[in-house]
Amino acid sequence: MNISHPPDASSPDHSGKPPKIAVRGLYKVFGPDPGRAVAALERGATKAEVQARYGNAVGVADVNLDVAAGQTFVLMGLSGSGKSTLLRLLNRLHEPTRGSVVVDGVDITKLSRRELLEVRRRKFSGMVFQQFAVLPHRDVLENVAYGLEVQGVPRDARRERAMQAIELVGLAGWERSYPHQLSGGMQQRVGLARALAVDADILLMDEAFSALDPLIRREMQDELSELQARMRKTVVFVTHDLDEALRLGDRVAIMKDARVVQVGTPEELITAPADDYVAAFVEGVDKTGVLTAGSIMQPVKEVARLSDGPQTALNRMRRSGLSGILVVDGERRIRGYVTSERIVSALREGSVGSERIHGDLMEPAPTVSVDTPLHEVIAIASEGSRPIAVVDASGRLRGVVVKGAILAALARPAREATGAEVSGGAPLRTVDVRPSLGAGGA
Amino acid sequence: MPIREWVSSAVDAVRDSLAPLFDGFAAGVEAAIGAMLTVLQLVPAPGVILAFAALATGLAGWRVGLFALAGLALVHNVGLWQPFVQTLSLVLAAQALILVVGVPLGVLAARSDAVERVLRPVLDFMQTMPAFVYLIPAVMFFGIGVVPGVVATFVFAIPPLVRLVSLGIRQVPADLIEAAEAFGSTSWQRLVKVEVPVARPSIMAGVNQSIMLNLSMVVIAGMIGARGLGAEVLRGIQRLNVGQGFEAGLAVVVLAIVLDRVTASVGRRRTRDA
Repeated sequence: MNISHPPDASSPDHSGKPPKIAVRGLYKVFGPDPGRAVAALERGATKAEVQARYGNAVGVADVNLDVAAGQTFVLMGLSGSGKSTLLRLLNRLHEPTRGSVVVDGVDITKLSRRELLEVRRRKFSGMVFQQFAVLPHRDVLENVAYGLEVQGVPRDARRERAMQAIELVGLAGWERSYPHQLSGGMQQRVGLARALAVDADILLMDEAFSALDPLIRREMQDELSELQARMRKTVVFVTHDLDEALRLGDRVAIMKDARVVQVGTPEELITAPADDYVAAFVEGVDKTGVLTAGSIMQPVKEVARLSDGPQTALNRMRRSGLSGILVVDGERRIRGYVTSERIVSALREGSVGSERIHGDLMEPAPTVSVDTPLHEVIAIASEGSRPIAVVDASGRLRGVVVKGAILAALARPAREATGAEVSGGAPLRTVDVRPSLGAGGA
Repeated sequence: MPIREWVSSAVDAVRDSLAPLFDGFAAGVEAAIGAMLTVLQLVPAPGVILAFAALATGLAGWRVGLFALAGLALVHNVGLWQPFVQTLSLVLAAQALILVVGVPLGVLAARSDAVERVLRPVLDFMQTMPAFVYLIPAVMFFGIGVVPGVVATFVFAIPPLVRLVSLGIRQVPADLIEAAEAFGSTSWQRLVKVEVPVARPSIMAGVNQSIMLNLSMVVIAGMIGARGLGAEVLRGIQRLNVGQGFEAGLAVVVLAIVLDRVTASVGRRRTRDA
């Protein structure tokens, strides 16, 4: 039953493959008689109103999501926004009040207990928890082998697979240690290895790195990205830390008061926040790792063609008020850059004819691709004053980045960011309530 | 309120209608205790003492082992070996019954709030009602001897075990339960691989408490015809022979200390971080 919202509008997967996990019209209301609370939520009541009127705590209200296979999907929100509850609805650690969770085409909300156990074993690699949840009475090896043990994998086979997982997370040599002998970071590696040992498609992570020191946290994030690049699991990652969400997420869902307010790529959230809440959230973030050359580039006013003569190139520059111009071939591939100064002096020396721009006149043009992150673009821009050409995957010129545009993108609030059109966005207003990022746990 | 008449007629009715059941139970318990006693008496006393000391050393360290060795040797030396062995078999039989019923009951109480709510007043009743009050119906049901002693001990000593098992399992951290569930554990796997091991300190505290209460019933069991150290204590009292009573009492203390130290140390092992 899905009344107020269409399914996740921005489809995560353009290949047309069915999503790995599809959530439709999902509600979770705690406490007695949840039906009337759901009805109120359907009519648009907020979490606070339902709490006040019926006394029911609302975990999740009207959530629709698609998670594509191989994707890292981040659920982001502050404490009490419902993100951890939503995660637990995906493997039915919480029973949904209403709605469906379809994993690989199977609606797990309709399964019997026995069938559910089977899905948890075959489809999910367990879960990774904020406080690690390693078993204190088991050593590292026995902890990591837990998931295989409950599946009935024979002892030798599960030890072998557990050892592989232990090596993968860099804990080789510690397999006989007990949790109380390990640091927090190492305990979380045990938690991660325990999930990886099962080797199922879907990995659920609940604030997995939030209890760790900042440096260890960063290290674990990098390692997860690295592992993920190799294994391409479907990861659903819950966090209250926006930087973490943007660093890890292929797609991010932002939750507030039990509802999902926006789903998109990190770049979409920054360049086109759906409302003031998201805008305030993304305002303080380090944009240089998220924004790309494609999102700040400007259209190219004028180019010179390789077939143009020097005089024609000069005319093109004069016409658009440029002191230099990119030279492209017939397929709009970048061949170089010429300045008016160079052409004028060459013409004066008589060293060029009037037929074509040839190699001697041109200098190499700095080039980046549309998805080059902003911090790399900045590094290139700092090396010279020439505009940076932005090309697509097949090498064709798509736009140009000048220094001014970089500064503008960094200085402006998210909603105004250059190059991205905010479709249907509300007029810009001053946001005075800022969510306090990084405050508290889930 | 004619409580007196109600209880008396209820006890009579139960005795009359369930007599074969009680007789069967009594026969079973007697056979179990008899078998245990036969084994303990078959092995020469020094063998039993050494085995006891070795077990205590293995479970609780050499100090407890040494204490067990010296203590049991003393008991043997003062000529109380036979009653000691009789008491030991009574205590072990009662404890086996307590564990077999108490641990599952504690698990049920942990899993279900309804069971917990029903059990709590029942346990309070069992623990606070003076033992002599249910000793009498126990004798009426099972006759004079060792069996009513076992039953009375069971009623008196089971409550702390049930409570502490339930408490321990309820206190297992929620994320460990979620981890067990998320990896697809059945509820049996969750119980034996996660809940019981993590709750072990609390469970062993319950075992320890129930053993101590069990031992405190030894003398009372002696009053209704169970042979052993309890009967020796009573004989000393009846003859106003303080020395004889003290010797038998000391033997109970030796047994209590050894069992206490052993069960306490089993609860502490490998749980430094829990």
